[in-house]
Amino acid sequence: MSESPAASSLASPERPSVAVDVACVGFGPAAAGFLETISRGLANPDGTPRIQSRAMPGMPLQVLCYERSDDVGFGVSGVVTRARGIRASFPDLDPATIPTACRVEHEEVAYLLDPIGASRRGLLLRTKDAFLRTFARILGVRDHAFRLPWLPPFLRKDGGLTFSLGAFQQWNAARLMGTGLVQIWPGSPVREPLFEGDRVVGIRLADQGVEKDGKPAAGFSPGMDVRADLVVVADGPVGPVGDALNRRFGMPPGHHRREWAIGMKAVAELPESSSLKPGTVLHTLGFPEPDAFGFLYALSNRTVSFGIFLPSTFALPVRATYRYLQHWMAHPYIRRHLEGATLRSWGAKTLYESGRLGEPLLVDEGWARIGEGSGSTNVLTNSGVDEAWTTGVLLAEGVLEIAAAGKPYTRENLEAAYVRRRRTHPMDRESRIATHARDGFRIGFIPGVVGTGLAGMTRGLLRVPARSRPAHAFIRPLEEAYRGRIPAEEIEKMRREAAAAGGSIHDALMDRAGWPRPALDGKLFVSHQDALLLGGKVQAPAGFADHVVFVDRATCEACTIKSCVEACSAQAITLAPEGGVPVFDREKCIHCGGCIWNCAHPRPGDPERSNVDFRAGAGGLHSAEN
Amino acid sequence: MAAGFHIVVCGSLVPDPLQPLEPVAGSGGIPALKNESMLPSILDPWAAISLYEAARLAKAVPGSKVFLASLGPKAKLQQLMMTVAQKAPFEFVAVDGPAGGFFDAAETAAALGDAIGAIPGLDRSRLLLFGGCASAGRDAGVTLGMIGERLGIPDQFLAVDVVEALPDGTLRIRERVEGGRYLVSILPAPPAVLAWSTGRNPEPPNSPQIGMANMRGILSALQKAKSAKIGAGDAAFGKVEVPSLRRQTRIVRNTPSDTIAKELADWIRGEGK
Repeated sequence: MSESPAASSLASPERPSVAVDVACVGFGPAAAGFLETISRGLANPDGTPRIQSRAMPGMPLQVLCYERSDDVGFGVSGVVTRARGIRASFPDLDPATIPTACRVEHEEVAYLLDPIGASRRGLLLRTKDAFLRTFARILGVRDHAFRLPWLPPFLRKDGGLTFSLGAFQQWNAARLMGTGLVQIWPGSPVREPLFEGDRVVGIRLADQGVEKDGKPAAGFSPGMDVRADLVVVADGPVGPVGDALNRRFGMPPGHHRREWAIGMKAVAELPESSSLKPGTVLHTLGFPEPDAFGFLYALSNRTVSFGIFLPSTFALPVRATYRYLQHWMAHPYIRRHLEGATLRSWGAKTLYESGRLGEPLLVDEGWARIGEGSGSTNVLTNSGVDEAWTTGVLLAEGVLEIAAAGKPYTRENLEAAYVRRRRTHPMDRESRIATHARDGFRIGFIPGVVGTGLAGMTRGLLRVPARSRPAHAFIRPLEEAYRGRIPAEEIEKMRREAAAAGGSIHDALMDRAGWPRPALDGKLFVSHQDALLLGGKVQAPAGFADHVVFVDRATCEACTIKSCVEACSAQAITLAPEGGVPVFDREKCIHCGGCIWNCAHPRPGDPERSNVDFRAGAGGLHSAEN
Repeated sequence: MAAGFHIVVCGSLVPDPLQPLEPVAGSGGIPALKNESMLPSILDPWAAISLYEAARLAKAVPGSKVFLASLGPKAKLQQLMMTVAQKAPFEFVAVDGPAGGFFDAAETAAALGDAIGAIPGLDRSRLLLFGGCASAGRDAGVTLGMIGERLGIPDQFLAVDVVEALPDGTLRIRERVEGGRYLVSILPAPPAVLAWSTGRNPEPPNSPQIGMANMRGILSALQKAKSAKIGAGDAAFGKVEVPSLRRQTRIVRNTPSDTIAKELADWIRGEGK
């Protein structure tokens, strides 16, 4: 790396600048796959560079990765995966070397009945539930759950692995840093790509020593410009660099970023008396609301990872994921496995659920995109980590090819070396099959389940067609969503009381809708705020600007839904006591990104985007256990 | 002090103190922490203060150089350096071995003292040995003093809050003493041991440039790190447990600090009954 004279013309005089060969944004599984693969091709066995650095002649290719969170592997996720790509990278992989990892031994999918009677179920679903209850003994309904007698092949993870993504990423990072061939820098949020014309020539890190609104303050330190021949965009579904590229270059025709889900997950320690065998994988649907999905993975060392997903097609504007998670944990089918367990860690993350329809431009001049943000998640098999890893591997193979040939990272060369590899990989074929698998959920739960089954069983030939709409179009006013259950006047009263308390309205609404308040035991069932603390603390290093920004204040002031407040995973967005624009507290934000797609309104002038902007920010959840 | 100081900061990693920590029986009769491999590690908070103060002093006195000497599991140290390296310029001295409060302070001091003594070019006449007056992992606060003894440094300051380099080359050192008072000393010249209490400088922001400048030396130091066999010394652990903890969280807005203080005091009084 060296100081780049060219960079100084691009940057303000006091802004530091360095030049590298490859700058990678974000350290998720895709970046890990990329760095793992590229690090193997950078040096000869005798230690001499196999590929010369342009930024630092005489040295191997200089590859640096910048990660937002304050250490690697602090994202939150329990994973079950076929691990084909990961195993291809590590043919001799022993799961025991990765903390908590184990082989998948048993899989089960269960439809959960509602033992409370508070969930929103249409006539068809109520009829189905009544049938299951009537013939419970014959159908084997136990613990208010109907276990699918047979698991369709597209859902199975035979021979796969289940593990903590945080532990897996730490395992990767330690090995990668040990090679000395690549560098990973946590605590370094990347603000934006640097352009020269339409070519990406590097990245700019976030400024430090600024006010909440980004204005320089005492100790102002401008974010460094990192000039790079190639920028690898791996900043996930809500990353600012990927978002900036989408804004500048648009999405390919027919593609969109409209479908999302929030995954709220926890890690708990099971008691010694637990009979849950490591490698047990449970998936649920039907409860706490029909379109909420749950999972429970039994890992090694009496550790269990579990959680729920609420999709952007969720039919209620109250998306209080934490409260729903507690109701799910209390369901008899789940509770029996968690009896005596102690919550150890907790977190949440936005999942990009558009799948192939959400695939953005993958490459252009000077940049390439990998991972979840590149639309690699398979929405039929519910698999994303291994696919993300594989995209990183394929890009690294392409980059090594381009670099060895001494070619520049042009769109043409990246298309030939990376996109071609991706298109001919089996993962791409599976992604095509999955393209419309979830379309039915845009209509409702039953069409969604039927559509997924049809797509899976016919390899994508049949599906339930449904028109795509932006995520905000699924968020209805509270009065409409609760019509017939809660009078509008009562909702307005709740709204006023919640605003006066500077909180949110969801508890009052759910109480009123018949959901009993979860009984807290201080061990497994803890308050939302305690979960934030138990989950490893939330970090918000001083001197960074707010990364959640309400773009058009008039839109927020006129909004009566305030679904961003209800959906906020960390209670970091609250109602302002005086009304109007919600209050964002950066010190509580876990960077799940749910506010982007849980905003009920389009941005003025851009109907595809909501009124919430999610920018570069440091910190977030501080836990490697997830 | 035209030539500047050679400041060696002793500090290692500790599991993030805000993570749930639970002692369990470890190998060789030495307790360990449950799920230690999965707990995030940070630089010991007192050591971190020492490092930031060392960087500040080195910046103020031209010709000074900062070393960070750490004893810990190599893989964990490597991971830790990804964040620490961005905070201040330093040369890394790594010793591969166990870190934690259950290991013997004298053995730890011996390993670190030997490693510091072997730093090429280290000038003992310019040496300031920095570290924490306590540790999140080992609160006995004796390790630094033992290292000082091992290196033959008699001048030891054990609860330092402020150090100022004076124009005549001396150092004015402000230490905490009983009763909320300070002891101010003038140190004519190194060597000396300075065990830091709180310092007065905030944590510096991450600097990618400093990080990259540090990293090459860090990787080399990790590769060259010698192994140290550290045990529990003469200690035998009968039982280890953490204090019981009860958490009560409430969110309040616009509450005067006096009201909060009163409520806390009332709560503590209530607990004492």
